[in-house]
Amino acid sequence: MPFGIAVFAIAISFGVLARPTMGAVAPIVMSVVVFSGAAQFGALAVLAAGGGAGAAIAAGVLLNARYLAMGLALAPSLLGRPTSRGAFAMTTVDASWAAASIGDGSFDPWYMVGVSLPQYVGWVLGTGIGVLIGPALGDPRAFGLDALFPAFFVALLFEEARGRRRLAAAGGGAGIALALTPLLPPGLPILAAAAAAFAASRRRS
Amino acid sequence: MTAVWVTIGSLAVATAALKLAGPLLLGGRPLASGAMSVIELLASALLAALVVVETFGKGWALTLDARALGVAFAAIALAKRAPVIVAVLGAAAVAALARAIF
Repeated sequence: MPFGIAVFAIAISFGVLARPTMGAVAPIVMSVVVFSGAAQFGALAVLAAGGGAGAAIAAGVLLNARYLAMGLALAPSLLGRPTSRGAFAMTTVDASWAAASIGDGSFDPWYMVGVSLPQYVGWVLGTGIGVLIGPALGDPRAFGLDALFPAFFVALLFEEARGRRRLAAAGGGAGIALALTPLLPPGLPILAAAAAAFAASRRRS
Repeated sequence: MTAVWVTIGSLAVATAALKLAGPLLLGGRPLASGAMSVIELLASALLAALVVVETFGKGWALTLDARALGVAFAAIALAKRAPVIVAVLGAAAVAALARAIF
């Protein structure tokens, strides 16, 4: 569980960093109903930079598009009624999905639930703590909390970008974001980086 | 504030739909392989873009500040197989230290 304790710490920083933009209640509600670090931080970054709801939603949806692929991979391992399959599918998060993979393409759904549930509790609890202590901390920058956030994405990227095509997609995405940040409104450079996934998918692995 | 709640509601619905689509609608039938390979690569491209924007971005501009030092520490720590929590908390500590010194 390499992300277990990190998830709790990241959730605290999400609460602290989200409070000035989203108020006290909205960050906690977001952690309860969205439960996705990448989408929540991605959308927060757009909103905090002054981007609109449309750009924030688009950034979050694109960042979570991977759940579609993860769900398709998971589908054959989920048996039973649609309600039961749906309930298992809803507990999918990156770390638990990866941990539940047995290796032959199938998944252990109960193992996934077992990894997801503590993370969910930690995610919501941490967000609440962050929202509460945020104002007492003063400037979160003095604690380097604004570096915690990109550092966490570096950690996710280290897990994710394995293999030539994924590295190419990551390099392309970084280049596009670097080139377009001074030119486009906040949020759009991240969306434009999706083009790197299309380009990299045409490479031979 | 409306933008915040619209964003939260939309992302909750969209994330649930993305998680449920495969197991409920497609019944295990795979997507076209071209679409799958793009979806599979999206996370890498978007995560890398987020790292860049969150490390160097300041509204519409690029800037170099203490965040870059923290993130560089995290990248080196992860490359040396340090635990995620060490890399992430270390990044915050390095950025905080840099701000305290300069």
